[in-house]
Amino acid sequence: MAERCAVIGVGQTHHKAKREDVSIAGLVREAAKMALADADLTWSDIEAVVIGKAPDMFEGNMMPEIYLAPALGAVGKPMFRVHTAGSVGGSTALVAAHLVKSGIHKRVLTVAYEKQSDSDAMWALSVPQPFAAPLLAGAGGYFAPHIRAYMRRSGAPEYIGRMVAVKDRKNAMRNPYAHLHLADIDMKMVEESMMLWDPLRYLEACPSSDGAAAMVLAAEDAISGSYPPAWIHGTAMRSEPTMFAGRDQVNPQAGRDCSADVYAQAGITDPRGQIDVAEVYVPFSWYEPMWLENLGFCELGDGWKLTESGATAFDGDIPWNTSGGVLSSNPIGASGMLRFLEVAMQVRGQAGEHQVDGARLALGQAYGGGSQFFSMWVVGSDKP
Amino acid sequence: MSAATASAVRPVSVASFAQARNVRRDEEHNEVEMLMPVIAEVFGNIGITKDDVDFICSGSSDYLIGGPFSFVMALDAVGVWPPRSESHVEMDGAWALYEAWVLLQEGEIDAALVYSFGRSSLGDLNEILALQLDPYYMAPLWPDPVSLAALQARALIDAGKATEADFAAIASRSRRDALGNPNAQVAKDIPADTLLEEPYVVSPLRRHTLPPITDGAAAIVLAAGDKARQWSDKPVWITGFDHRIETHALGARDLTTSPSTARAAERAGVGDGPVHVAEIHVPYAHQEIIVKEALGLDDSVAVNPSGGPLAANPVMSAGLIRIGEAAARIASGEARRAVAHATSGPCLQQNLVCVLEGE
Repeated sequence: MAERCAVIGVGQTHHKAKREDVSIAGLVREAAKMALADADLTWSDIEAVVIGKAPDMFEGNMMPEIYLAPALGAVGKPMFRVHTAGSVGGSTALVAAHLVKSGIHKRVLTVAYEKQSDSDAMWALSVPQPFAAPLLAGAGGYFAPHIRAYMRRSGAPEYIGRMVAVKDRKNAMRNPYAHLHLADIDMKMVEESMMLWDPLRYLEACPSSDGAAAMVLAAEDAISGSYPPAWIHGTAMRSEPTMFAGRDQVNPQAGRDCSADVYAQAGITDPRGQIDVAEVYVPFSWYEPMWLENLGFCELGDGWKLTESGATAFDGDIPWNTSGGVLSSNPIGASGMLRFLEVAMQVRGQAGEHQVDGARLALGQAYGGGSQFFSMWVVGSDKP
Repeated sequence: MSAATASAVRPVSVASFAQARNVRRDEEHNEVEMLMPVIAEVFGNIGITKDDVDFICSGSSDYLIGGPFSFVMALDAVGVWPPRSESHVEMDGAWALYEAWVLLQEGEIDAALVYSFGRSSLGDLNEILALQLDPYYMAPLWPDPVSLAALQARALIDAGKATEADFAAIASRSRRDALGNPNAQVAKDIPADTLLEEPYVVSPLRRHTLPPITDGAAAIVLAAGDKARQWSDKPVWITGFDHRIETHALGARDLTTSPSTARAAERAGVGDGPVHVAEIHVPYAHQEIIVKEALGLDDSVAVNPSGGPLAANPVMSAGLIRIGEAAARIASGEARRAVAHATSGPCLQQNLVCVLEGE
């Protein structure tokens, strides 16, 4: 029988294009120390450390748990490294949660990071491999055709993507940790930005960030800290193959199955009605309407209508990405964990300027690979 | 601090194990093609399909293939359609097994597939493994793993804990034992005295004390509850499991000991009963002396009867193979209680210990 598990501490760095003031170790420590302070704990209270990040080639440091063990206070403890592509920040939190839910550990520190300025993610994504089509255009080039397919299927007008780009950047103005603070952002500014991968313009794409996220997860009898715990109501992961003829990359089955699983655990039958706030992995603007449909917040083809109606805006009935989302901060390996962390902050009532009033049940989602790896959790202010 | 004490552990069995034949260089298969027969065998051994497992976890490293996301395409060897609950660690498959075991402890799932793969031949391991070191102060100097292991071997000699003849005896025994292992890459009967005539690669290490460069893959099915009994008449149970890490700063460690192995062994309960067989992940001959001491094993224990990593060392799979080999000795009736060990990082920095028992 699984134990109850809750988030009792959160920490994140100020995300920036280049954090030249810290090493990789300094970056992860910054987030970890903040999470420990939030939980009112010290390093010695932690029993195990679980880290995650995107490909090692992004920084050129192979299997970084080896280098980071002392920086994260893991010497003499179990230390674990997760890698599930873009969903990794979420998956890492889930592996940490299982260490508590299984009864093996009482308090686990989980940290995810990326220091993109140490290397070149675009290069690392584009290394030619035998018998595989080269991905020379980076992630945006991979996803743009799926976005066009979504626009054609749904009949969505082209300005929807720009609306998401503006909304998430406006939300980021409320978040002191966000990388992008674009005070003057508006539809015209997005429209006038350079076309990168048709239909995606520069301001409809996520930035490249240095940053880290950290959380302390604890068992029911090890709760501490001044904010109330964010109880985990459900956890799920799903994967599907990169390519085969029957695959729907616009509305992946793995995403639908993953949300069905996590909703069943959390007792959610009406996502739009029951979920107060959601942080969803939207690295390119159009993924908001696409994931609205994939996550069952509306009928197929209606996602863009929700975005257009303002339902997902900060003052809408289902605020999405009130932190500014991946569009405003993208330390790749940490981007998934930031989604999970932000919803924990919401149900703990510690989100400050971007706090949604009365948030009690929240969804965190991350995806990776070619829209094929999904990780999700539902957290709530009530004990499950 | 709560521990996964023996009484709290949910019994999980190593229901099936398969590995590729370990070779110096497999040029004819990509990772998926290398894994497919292994996955087919690990399911076929117990007459199940992928639909019978609830979770999949793999271990591998992008740096071996030299491209990002090498685990993504490898998943095609299983064929995750419809979509499956699945995870991956950028660690040896032994740690992927640990993640799956943790999930099984929760009691909500009953079976998992774990696999790992490593084609060490694709690049230069001496350059690749140097990238595991501190990226600011150490990696730019490109210290290769053989030179670092040589520092450790020298420290052992200086401490009076071993001689070069001891290293040769371990290598000679391992390669001789490997003659009985059809999957071994290096198997031969050469006396230790002859081995000592080889020149040094990096003093005090001679060629025979180094692991071979190996392409390989392995898979294990874990089962709990009714499935463990359905899939085997004589289940091999995991009764203790733990792993620990040390600092990366080699100068801050006593390289002649392995406190992380000792701690993991204590937590896994190695000393709670007799150990008949130990399969330990010691890529360099001298490391057997250190790990054996840390595990508290005396000379009555058969160490690496498969030949161990000196007979085949597929990076990222060699640790998982230790667990499979140890389980196989129990399944065959040769042993009733066994210890398996996996390591990661330079000079045994991170260590995992798994205790296995028959009925």
